[in-house]
Amino acid sequence: MSPVLAGVLQLLALMAALGLVYRPLGDYMARVYSSDRHWRVEKWIYKAVGANPDTGMRWPAYLRGVLAFSAIGVLFLYLLQRAQGSLPGSLGFQSIDPDQAFNTAASFVANTNWQSYYGEQAMGHVVQTGGLAVQNFVSAAVGISVAVALVRGFARSRTGELGNFWADLVRGTVRILIPISVIAAVLLVACGAIQNFAGIHGVGQFSGGVQEWNGGAVASQEAIKELGTNGGGYFNANSAHPFENPNGLSNLLEVFLILVIPFSLTRTFGRMVGSVRQGYAILTAMVTIWVGFTALMMWTEFAHPGPAFQSAGGAMEGKETRFGIAGSAIFAVATTLTSTGAVNSFHSSYTGFGGGITMLGMQLGEIAPGGVGSGLYGMLVMAVIAVFIAGLMVGRTPEYLGKKIGTREIKFAALYILVTPALVLCFTAAAMALPTPGDSMTNSGAHGFSEILYAYTSGANNNGSAFAGLNADTQWFNTTIGLAMLLGRFLPMVFVLALAGSLAEQNPVPETSGTLRTEKPLFSGLLVGTILIITGLTYFPALALGPLAEGLAS
Amino acid sequence: MSSDTQNSGVTGSGTTRTAESGQAPIPAQRPESGQPSGPAPQPDPSGSGRVAGGVFDPGQLLKSFPEAVRKLDPRVMVKSPVMFVVLIGSVVTTGLAISDPGNVFGWAITIWLWLTTIFANLAEAVAEGRGKAQADTLRRAKTDTVARRLKDGVEEAVPGTGLGIGDLVVCEAGDIIPGDGDVVEGVASVDESAITGESAPVIRESGGDRSAVTGGTKVLSDRIVVKITTRPGETFIDRMISLVEGASRQKTPNEIALNILLASLTVVFLLAVVTLRPFAVYAGAGEETSLIVLTALLVCLIPTTIGALLSAIGIAGMDRLVQRNVLAMSGRAVEAAGDVSTLLLDKTGTITLGNRQASEFVTVDGVRESELAEAAQLSSLADETPEGRSITALATRKYEVPERRQEDLKDAEWVMFTAQTRMSGVDTGGRGVRKGATASVVSWVREHGGTVSDETDRAADRIAGAGGTPLLVAVRDADGARVLGVIHLKDVVKDGMRERFTELRRMGIRTVMITGDNPLTAKAIAEEAGVDDFLAEATPEDKMALIKREQAGGKLVAMTGDGTNDAPALAQADVGVAMNTGTSAAKEAGNMVDLDSNPTKLIEIVEIGKQLLITRGALTTFSIANDVAKYFAIIPAMFAAAYPGLDKLNIMQLSSPDSAILSAVIFNALVIIALVPLALKGVRYRPSGADAMLRRNLTVYGLGGLIAPFIGIKIIDLIISHLPGIG
Repeated sequence: MSPVLAGVLQLLALMAALGLVYRPLGDYMARVYSSDRHWRVEKWIYKAVGANPDTGMRWPAYLRGVLAFSAIGVLFLYLLQRAQGSLPGSLGFQSIDPDQAFNTAASFVANTNWQSYYGEQAMGHVVQTGGLAVQNFVSAAVGISVAVALVRGFARSRTGELGNFWADLVRGTVRILIPISVIAAVLLVACGAIQNFAGIHGVGQFSGGVQEWNGGAVASQEAIKELGTNGGGYFNANSAHPFENPNGLSNLLEVFLILVIPFSLTRTFGRMVGSVRQGYAILTAMVTIWVGFTALMMWTEFAHPGPAFQSAGGAMEGKETRFGIAGSAIFAVATTLTSTGAVNSFHSSYTGFGGGITMLGMQLGEIAPGGVGSGLYGMLVMAVIAVFIAGLMVGRTPEYLGKKIGTREIKFAALYILVTPALVLCFTAAAMALPTPGDSMTNSGAHGFSEILYAYTSGANNNGSAFAGLNADTQWFNTTIGLAMLLGRFLPMVFVLALAGSLAEQNPVPETSGTLRTEKPLFSGLLVGTILIITGLTYFPALALGPLAEGLAS
Repeated sequence: MSSDTQNSGVTGSGTTRTAESGQAPIPAQRPESGQPSGPAPQPDPSGSGRVAGGVFDPGQLLKSFPEAVRKLDPRVMVKSPVMFVVLIGSVVTTGLAISDPGNVFGWAITIWLWLTTIFANLAEAVAEGRGKAQADTLRRAKTDTVARRLKDGVEEAVPGTGLGIGDLVVCEAGDIIPGDGDVVEGVASVDESAITGESAPVIRESGGDRSAVTGGTKVLSDRIVVKITTRPGETFIDRMISLVEGASRQKTPNEIALNILLASLTVVFLLAVVTLRPFAVYAGAGEETSLIVLTALLVCLIPTTIGALLSAIGIAGMDRLVQRNVLAMSGRAVEAAGDVSTLLLDKTGTITLGNRQASEFVTVDGVRESELAEAAQLSSLADETPEGRSITALATRKYEVPERRQEDLKDAEWVMFTAQTRMSGVDTGGRGVRKGATASVVSWVREHGGTVSDETDRAADRIAGAGGTPLLVAVRDADGARVLGVIHLKDVVKDGMRERFTELRRMGIRTVMITGDNPLTAKAIAEEAGVDDFLAEATPEDKMALIKREQAGGKLVAMTGDGTNDAPALAQADVGVAMNTGTSAAKEAGNMVDLDSNPTKLIEIVEIGKQLLITRGALTTFSIANDVAKYFAIIPAMFAAAYPGLDKLNIMQLSSPDSAILSAVIFNALVIIALVPLALKGVRYRPSGADAMLRRNLTVYGLGGLIAPFIGIKIIDLIISHLPGIG
């Protein structure tokens, strides 16, 4: 079997698996967020934190919940890392420096999981499992909560109430993330991933010398790392490490876990707004971009010219032989089109175009299918923009799902799409203009520029993957990327919740034959076009000086 | 509408009508009273269905140029964030060009950036200029008049501008009415051509729904006393002037929303361009990304096309209404018209011609058709009402009875139609024929010893059941008195209305017919006309309730009205079009006034509203789609020196970096001028479903917007590359 055919088959298998769980999982999630019954364990949690899960929250209250919960998360994680040196079960690692502790705390709470540390050389069991893994769950649950609040904004009318943040947070964690993670962790262990609390082993190498390998609760963390689109690896090599991602099957399982909730949420959305076809239209737009990017990535990685590449059957540098080009390309696209940022190969070593595809995937705002929750709300904001521009062309003031897109709505949507480009471009420009940050580059020319552009793209979009090559553990990068991650995560949430609040107050407009049909393929196409032109074009000049210059050079 | 309720008998004549509700009163001076449509053309029966645009004369561009330059005032420009950025860009490049006077490229960019700004202002100036002519005509009507104010019963001469609300003024034949008000005493014919363009005078009288007079119109006969209802400077004419001039124009909600989106895109592109400088310096392309080049790139990327044309589109939309003699009091109302999902249409005058016409003669008891037709004609010669005339016309046209006039018959004793007898006819040489309301004719037959058969009753019932009005035709001769047959009188639905309603349905608009008729009649006409629903025996309260019910379901409602009792419904409706013949209360309550008082125009108003929104969306899409090509022109021009591989992006094969950038800037400016006619006329609009419309507009303006600049920039490059200092 040719590697290309194997790649296509892997992709088809992945699509079949995703298609199989799409309906049941989507419907289940819709029930989770619509039900008014609490599980017993949930009631204990509510009692423990003193929250009333039955009060309806207007958007400012919902937002306060999100921000307060996340602020406490940052603070707790920061203190835990700072205290690591004096905690038991830390494998003897030191406390983390303030700037790196801030960066890591911001990173995991913002669902980014950018890592400026080497997992196996810095973080002990307590921080990994009690700090980072916890945030892997709850930061993902926060994302889904905000998406669900926006969906409720579309579904509800003449009320300002978007549901209860604490109930959404707890249910997302208890009923969705934990059960699937448990199953996934078992499957990963079955594939060969490790799960223990062992210490550090010295292993002798063929070429002499000793390599140090440490154990840990890897499979469980790996499961939620992918499922919650977090991406922070237990080990520095991330999903390229055989303990995290042992073989081709586990690789495919991990890609499945990355994509399953973001894709299925479109079904949840359709269910909750009372028309599954609306969900299919959003899904169609997501799948179009995802399949398109994956195909482009495979093409550029397989076909890359050059004698060394050709004799290897394509651009194999930086890729694991056990995954091959296809397994790596599928993973790379999935991880950058979602806010995951786990890597099983090194994006820096991809062809110029391949590196560009990973960057553009993030720059589109990670919406195809995007992070858990954040992908859906990002896509819905783009749908609002698309409806606003094109909706006028049917001769009515724009409306989406029966809600008018008026001044208030477009204001919040416009602010949303401003945030990440502003963060990415301004921080990258500052890094390029200032004398010291450039010292972190290990390459010169276009590739060096790509390293920095990639870092801020990844941070502000809450991806967390690194282009490799850049030494990001400097005070400048720890601080600015930390800020980019926090602002890139929570500012958009402010605008999404405000938008949701404004939508929920409206009286719905009944659909007529004069209404723009947002459940048709034409609209999905329009949505893809709007995304590519509005968000894609913003980065065109920057991409031209990085990956495009590199890709076109040969 | 009261005449509609008389279908049990009176074949009413125009002059007996009163306007109790909804229906336009018919001035006695207009014999064609059934159509209160003034000079307006009838709706184009099915036809192209396309909303025609206003004319665009390229000479207007030249004429408006000085105004466009005047609009460069930053205080004016700041209202359009996109064009304000271009203005700042123009100032910056001017400074740079002056500091390096030998740089031909710098000067060329500077000139074209200024032209971009001026072209944008030109679009707005041309749009405004079109209203100016109309405003001038109105101003002429508003010559300062001397009012004859009544104070304690004594007349005194005061200037028209000195009048206050509540003052009583006397106007006699030849006087110009000094201000808006209501007639409180007397009746007069008034020439309102100054505002309506209609030369036929109208009657204004105290009380009722025809009491409103407008300042600036001229009394032709008689004497009236007018109570002034508006302050000087706020009269209808004053408001019209400021409306057509666009002086009081405020941005509509959708326009504000679009401006917000455009401003945010401008900020995004500003960031993309500003941050490009350090990237370029690192790449070694610092020299190619001078401030002039970056400014040019910025101006090309920000949505200047729509930013430049946005206000012109809004003004032109109002202007298209003005050209149809409709005044919208706010742009918001025009926008709402595009969103309307329920149209309330009065039956009479809008859906039907307004008077019933004979459509058929139904014989009974074995009478020959020709005999009935002849008797029907004869008996109707003395009936001068439209209904009566329609009977004689039908007899000649369809039943080939030779035409006759009263003079043709000698020794005939004519029985004229009156509202009391409800019959007309003639007696000649022992033979008498009558036609009229069922009850009147039946009693006439019985009086003369005849009987009325069951067949007659059934035929009459059938006609009534079908929504028509049965009129009996009877004869009294040697054979005694007997009924010959029944005339089927029916409301005639205007030509093309059914097609119009089908179109509206396709556009997602539900039509509801409002009538004072009983439900049976209403249903029959509703079915014939093809409306979606009807409201029979409608009172103003019913109308109001219907509007509120529709609005509670999230629908936007449009209606027309003219009576004082329509005022609350007009105010409640999202689009309330008051007839100019109506009361000042109605005109005050509505958000549009139709100077022609043609209720059918409501449909056109909706179409103009839609066309306005489509134009806005189409040009926004076009503007944004244009950016792709501009990137392909400018990116390789800036960076091909640093990274030669990037020259592969120069897919247009533009001759040099300078000419590539300049071509993009020139294209960007020229496209504004090229699209001015489209902005003013509105994009082509055909009533159709949302899907078809979106597909078409996306293809033309989305795909067209992607492709057109590739071609345009290439052509401009071919031309300017021959210029010295550029090529």
